[in-house]
Amino acid sequence: MPKITYIEHTGKEHVVDAPVGQTVMEAAVKHAVPGIDADCGGACACATCHVYVDPEWLAKTGEQNSMEQSMLDFANDVETNSRLSCQIKVSEALDGLVVRLPKSQH
Amino acid sequence: MSTGEIRRIIIIGAGQAGGETAQRLRQGGFEGDITLIAEEPVAPYQRPPLSKAYLKGDLDLDRLLLRPPAVYAEERIALLTKTRAVWIDRANRKVRIEGGRELPYDALVLATGAKPRRLPLVGADLEGVHLFRTAADVDRVRERFASGAKLIVIGAGYIGLEVAAVARQCGLDVTVVETAVRPLARVTSPEVAGFFLDEHTRQGVRFVLGGQPAVIKGAERVTGVGLTDGAELPADLVIAGIGVTPDVALAEQCGLTVNNGIVTDRQCRTSDPNIFAIGDCAARPMVHFNSQIVRLESVHNAVEGAKVVAATLTGKTHAEEAPWFWSDQYDLKLQIAGLFHGYDHVVFRGVIADRAFAAFYYKGDRLIAVDAVNKPGEYLGAKMLIQAGKTLAPDVIADTSRPMKELVASAR
Repeated sequence: MPKITYIEHTGKEHVVDAPVGQTVMEAAVKHAVPGIDADCGGACACATCHVYVDPEWLAKTGEQNSMEQSMLDFANDVETNSRLSCQIKVSEALDGLVVRLPKSQH
Repeated sequence: MSTGEIRRIIIIGAGQAGGETAQRLRQGGFEGDITLIAEEPVAPYQRPPLSKAYLKGDLDLDRLLLRPPAVYAEERIALLTKTRAVWIDRANRKVRIEGGRELPYDALVLATGAKPRRLPLVGADLEGVHLFRTAADVDRVRERFASGAKLIVIGAGYIGLEVAAVARQCGLDVTVVETAVRPLARVTSPEVAGFFLDEHTRQGVRFVLGGQPAVIKGAERVTGVGLTDGAELPADLVIAGIGVTPDVALAEQCGLTVNNGIVTDRQCRTSDPNIFAIGDCAARPMVHFNSQIVRLESVHNAVEGAKVVAATLTGKTHAEEAPWFWSDQYDLKLQIAGLFHGYDHVVFRGVIADRAFAAFYYKGDRLIAVDAVNKPGEYLGAKMLIQAGKTLAPDVIADTSRPMKELVASAR
């Protein structure tokens, strides 16, 4: 199963087994990684699962879709590598993925 | 009551509100006993996908679970499934569960949710007539949810319309019967309701508006729905989405104040300081609705209640978030922030015919709510404004030549 590393704003790391087909958000929430709220459960309705994709993984995670882009426009501290983790599907190609979490989701 | 005295917390109800409370208490550092009482046979799960991806068969129950079942034991949360709380003894701070066992508490959280209204009709108990609340309800629906089947949806609220959308996508023949003259009458403006009516009609859904079901016909299985005007609609499946009533039975039994929901203060505390109530079953004064007491049925409200109670019981505070909702129908994502009730005018940003627009609701010069269809930026921008108590003049908000982000930054 692919492993994903989530790094909290404080630097604390969480390495999680992420089932293929689920999203990067789901794997975090199911393992109680603090800093990803995902109140809407992945419906792309709340913009509280913002992450920064480690630059070397950007090619593999793909680009923001237009709905995601509009939502991120209003998130705090958005960078070019910002994504909503509910929109990134886990695949074998993402084994080893590293994402960083923002200071706050609100 | 200081947090030092609280060693045992019982949560009755394991929907999203109850499940999130248990989790957030642990995350917030509460180290005492947590007991989570669930009537359903499974760990807490998300209900919104039931009328969407779960009905369609795109997501299984495992994916709806808030947390994997094993986590409850790991975090010392005693999850009692298939368990009904039947009595609350406030004087001795005990909850009795079915079978007679009594569980003591220092703080009790009622997250009992709501029960779907049953059709008050002859034939409502026939096979093939369904309510829509739990995963088990939907599993039963899915047995006959096949292309070509004739489905009658009674009630054109969000649940009814979401079910109708999935049914059309799965090739069912769909008729929606609604007693009001328009769909979504309780939850949105005539303009936005008209848009959804047109979309569903275009997708092949038939509507009987102002239609009053009189009887469900059939011997063992449903064969049709008779209306009061004598019309009879054939049916293989009937799904009722005619609203819910808050489950306040336990609260009433133990004498808590109840008025369309268990009444609480801002901290979700009921008329008994040791008992909290959150989620669909509770009503509380809301900062973002003029501090009026309201009862909301939504994920936001469930999670908000969980955050408030977990904060209160671990000696912290939580800043109230403005209400938000969403609904997915076909390729339309409706996102709602604020509460539109009592609006006196509505301003559109974008054109309805483009299938991407936002309706901004005003009371006087104050922005109180937004319905955004395929316009996530407008939704989030308006949500931030409502949260901050800011507003924008209607002519400014209607000006699509300026990006929403710029408008939000200019708001006062």
